[in-house]
Amino acid sequence: MKALTWRGVNETAVETVDDPTILNDRDVILKVRLTTTCGSDLHLLGGYIPAMRAGDVLGHEFMGEVVEVGKAVQKHKVGDRVTVCSFIACGECWYCRHEQYSLCDNGNPNPALTETLWGSAIGGCFAYSHALGGFAGSHAEYVRVPYADHGAFTVPDGVSDTAALFASDAAPTGWTGADLAGITPGDTVAVWGAGGVGQMAARAAMLLGAEQVVVIDRLPERLEQVRQHIGAETLDYTSDSVIAELKERTGGRGPDVCIEAVGMEAHSTGPAYLYDQLKQQLRLQSDRPTALREAIYACRKGGSLFALGVFGGVVDKFPFGAIMNKGMTVRGAQQHGHRYIPRILQHIADGELTTEHLATHVMPLDEGPKGYRMFKEKQDGCVRAVFQPGS
Amino acid sequence: MTPRGLGVALAVGGGAVVLVRRLQRQGAGGGGSGGEARSRWRAVTVNRSPEEVMPDNRVPGPLADLGELVEVEVRPAPGDKGSELRARLKTPEPTGVASAAARISGHDPRQRVRSALREAKQLIEVGEVLRVDPTPHGRRSPTPTGAIVEAATKRAAGEGLL
Repeated sequence: MKALTWRGVNETAVETVDDPTILNDRDVILKVRLTTTCGSDLHLLGGYIPAMRAGDVLGHEFMGEVVEVGKAVQKHKVGDRVTVCSFIACGECWYCRHEQYSLCDNGNPNPALTETLWGSAIGGCFAYSHALGGFAGSHAEYVRVPYADHGAFTVPDGVSDTAALFASDAAPTGWTGADLAGITPGDTVAVWGAGGVGQMAARAAMLLGAEQVVVIDRLPERLEQVRQHIGAETLDYTSDSVIAELKERTGGRGPDVCIEAVGMEAHSTGPAYLYDQLKQQLRLQSDRPTALREAIYACRKGGSLFALGVFGGVVDKFPFGAIMNKGMTVRGAQQHGHRYIPRILQHIADGELTTEHLATHVMPLDEGPKGYRMFKEKQDGCVRAVFQPGS
Repeated sequence: MTPRGLGVALAVGGGAVVLVRRLQRQGAGGGGSGGEARSRWRAVTVNRSPEEVMPDNRVPGPLADLGELVEVEVRPAPGDKGSELRARLKTPEPTGVASAAARISGHDPRQRVRSALREAKQLIEVGEVLRVDPTPHGRRSPTPTGAIVEAATKRAAGEGLL
């Protein structure tokens, strides 16, 4: 079959690879209908997460049609149209039974890597390096889905393929942040990053009862999407002071909840950005926490910060004094999508959540390398490049 | 190799050195007190009752396959977290340079214990051991980082902090 592979730093290619096969009884094989780039792919693409091998098939956000089922699969049959959670979780361990699916004990066949790096291994993830299991990704004609009864969700009639695509990762990641950050009705929420995940976090915050939601970015086309499709306020950090503006909009308090949906390759204005770039390029820190620092500084006393953007290792100049003295609550997580995807699909079906607008550039899989270039460079207003392996 | 590629390789290589040193330190320690020369208990927490983990005191298959290499026990985990399935080598663990060499070569008995514990947990909780290979992939160009990642993943089921 055809697949889009990682060849090296900032290099992808479409190659012919073996078809996936059922390896465990709980697997299904999916014919991929749509698969999309994600901002977290850029960390892999750029070599910031070094556990990649040349030839790895990319892609972790996808939907498609079941074409083969393992003999222990009970919920799905050939022909089902499903969206699949990007995280691979068994559904049976203590973490899964407590709905902390991305922390699954059994979903990562290479546990030593993250156990050594972070102290504990988390679950597996499609195409997110060999540190998260080495699973082949979805930028291919077919993909193997382990633990399919838990990780694949039937798409309701009336929900389009494109809308369902983002229920795989962007929307449940946003939901994870908004829900676990502890938003309560009436809260003011600030979201750093107006990409797919940031937009979905903002919409989730609104549906969870936030009274005021502000999304911060520098790209005008993304901020326009926030205003038009999400219904949140926007703030362009290149033309205004984020801290001063948030103070002004919140009566001098600062946001109750701050959600960082940027991650390890944050952009910013000012000297802190240059400092972080230099240290990252010299490998003196693995991640650039520029937006994270600002979110901590902006948050009100006693407020809550949720780190939703992907961080891989260590950061420098982390303002722990602000966290301690302001009495903040800090949390973070990869997505517990199994917990949120059913309600997200229902919100889409009910017209309460819009996701299709994220698919700004739809193209055949053969154009995948071009799609990643456009996505990385934000060319032509690209929010997400979406690939159609079947076309 | 590009400058960034070289940087990544150095970073990963540096990480490997740190890992080996840490493993040597871990290996040098024992699980006992008072200088007793024995191996450390290694454990997984299984989301099942002790009776389900070891019915009639039967040792789970992957650990039973280790025979006289290990002793095995199960006990309740606190906070309704299931059971702690524990195993330890009956002989002292390798230490120092011998420990690092055994780990890198894949002949360290602790790797077999960790793998068996993890497999037993999966079999009890899920009913199968999750596989990833063979997985579809494109051309594997030979690179230093690729070689390091390949070596690390070969040992990944038997290494870590257990």
